[in-house]
Amino acid sequence: MAEPGSSNGASAGSVLLTHAVGLHARPSVKLTKLAKTFGASIELGTGPEGPWIDAKSIVKVMAAKAPQGTTLHFRAVGPDAGEAVAALVDLVERDFDEAAAHAGNG
Amino acid sequence: MPGMVERFGRAAAPGLAFGPVHRIADRTVLVRRAGSPDEERAALEAAIATASEDIAALMAAADDDGAAMLEFQLALLEDDALRAPALDAIAGGTDAASAWRDALNAQIEDYRASDDAYFAARASDLQDLSDRVLGHLAGGGAEAAPAPGTILLGRDLTPSRFLALDWSKGGAIALSEGSPSSHVAMLARSRSVPMVVGLSDIPDAAFSEAIVDGESGRLVLDPLPEQRAALAALQSDAALRVGAEAAVLREPAHIASGERVAVLINVAKPDELAAIDPAICDGIGLVRTEFLFSSPAGLPDEETQYRAYRTILEWAGDKPVTIRTVDAGGDKPVAGLTIDGESNPFLGTRGVRLSLERPAIFRLQLRALARAAEHGNLKIMLPMVTVPSEIDRAAALLGAAIEELEAEGIPCRRPPLGIMVEVPAVAVVPELFGAAAFFSIGSNDLTQYTTAAARDIAAVAELGDAGHPAVIALIRNVVEGAAKLGIDVSLCGDMGGDPQLLPALMSAGLRAVSVAPPLVGRVKLALARISGEGA
Repeated sequence: MAEPGSSNGASAGSVLLTHAVGLHARPSVKLTKLAKTFGASIELGTGPEGPWIDAKSIVKVMAAKAPQGTTLHFRAVGPDAGEAVAALVDLVERDFDEAAAHAGNG
Repeated sequence: MPGMVERFGRAAAPGLAFGPVHRIADRTVLVRRAGSPDEERAALEAAIATASEDIAALMAAADDDGAAMLEFQLALLEDDALRAPALDAIAGGTDAASAWRDALNAQIEDYRASDDAYFAARASDLQDLSDRVLGHLAGGGAEAAPAPGTILLGRDLTPSRFLALDWSKGGAIALSEGSPSSHVAMLARSRSVPMVVGLSDIPDAAFSEAIVDGESGRLVLDPLPEQRAALAALQSDAALRVGAEAAVLREPAHIASGERVAVLINVAKPDELAAIDPAICDGIGLVRTEFLFSSPAGLPDEETQYRAYRTILEWAGDKPVTIRTVDAGGDKPVAGLTIDGESNPFLGTRGVRLSLERPAIFRLQLRALARAAEHGNLKIMLPMVTVPSEIDRAAALLGAAIEELEAEGIPCRRPPLGIMVEVPAVAVVPELFGAAAFFSIGSNDLTQYTTAAARDIAAVAELGDAGHPAVIALIRNVVEGAAKLGIDVSLCGDMGGDPQLLPALMSAGLRAVSVAPPLVGRVKLALARISGEGA
């Protein structure tokens, strides 16, 4: 499902959100924490045309209220943009390292 | 002394507690004197910093689940995007407290408005942050901690307040607002703290003691001596009961005469079954399929439904499994399926009425059920049937679905098609419904429709009594009607799990009940004490 592509410090990728309860509290914390480890500016969109929000802001990521089954789009600009998008796509693909047993526990 | 006050709300965490009452202060009404924009900005930043320290300190003491919840709150609080609208308002001349409260309220309202119960429940996390910062702005810091074992009474309780309290000595929570899907309700369930939400009309008077019953959703303020005595008996019984229930749990149920009674279970989601031993029941008397239709991803496709039904049938082995076709509408709206804006949805297009209005969606469910029938002892049940022709129409659609599947070479089987008896129009003349393969009495709706007391209106809750002689008379009539038609009859409403009402059901001749899984032991024990005479 991942399709990261990179050229000259700009990168984009998309991934299907499979987490049972959507982009909720714990997944959002993990996603924004990871995003903040990169220097690149990173944006998250719930559609291919956005609207784009700051992937480092948990307030904005939670406010997107993305349910399970949403395709998340990432785009980044900066020296480590490629790594950033690849890492974020990977986190979502790993289902935020949460076993299904945690579903609903938020 | 204002005297005893009893209220019923929604159960959010089970258990029974008695203790002194502590009112939770409402932080939304605090006031302070405002300074210049620079002073206000500094005051807000300082209050946010202190609040962050509070949360970090709570995290250090919390367990994994609690810490994860607090980490989420801390991340929100430290995010500049959270405070930006408040800082803008301060620059425009608003005082820090109003600016913060308004900024947070806007976001709280946005979450509350969400259709997704999980996101809607996050409003309480933001309320928690709002209150905590406002508390520091007012200079009060945290209010005095209630003594351990206290019954907390208030509008809503924040997760960080919950985690800051000592629950090791008991205690309970009773709220006028709140939700069973809130973070604090999840925490209460995991810590075995009884909790009731949605209690309307709690008087402002000073109460000294309270009972909270987290199973029935009951709050009793300043209970009478006999209510306290009943509680003590219940609590001492509880320990004995657990042992006695465990002893009979896997035994077949009988009434005192030795006559066998089938005890089945009601299931709302397949994942509930993982923790249940099939040996405790005679089958599944009701599978609610609404869970499949309430996913934020939209209506389920045939494959998703088939897999869910098959999982349930395989769990049950050769025991019967009654799956009810989707019972949306009434108090269970489903996006893309139910009809919005009906003036009285309980009397509107719900249950089989809606399925017949939406044949494309109904067809997928019938196909999935016919395919799943290959994997167990399946029966299909139609909710809200009112006239016999509804059975004929559903049967024709089931027949068409099976013909399609056979033409496509997909293995399938035609399961028996029965009905819920929950509309008085059926219960009065059950003998006209011989097209049904079985009856299952839905006592909750039958009670609501017989007493004309809506289930979701607290003010008439007392009238909606399943023990009303009219309800019992209708049940007896349905049991007799089923006997004349030579078909099975069972009951799958809350009545079947109520030891007070089981004697009347047995006297009415009923010999099969389907109950929530945690009630199986209690029901088997209660049945053993019933003579069942008068049938």
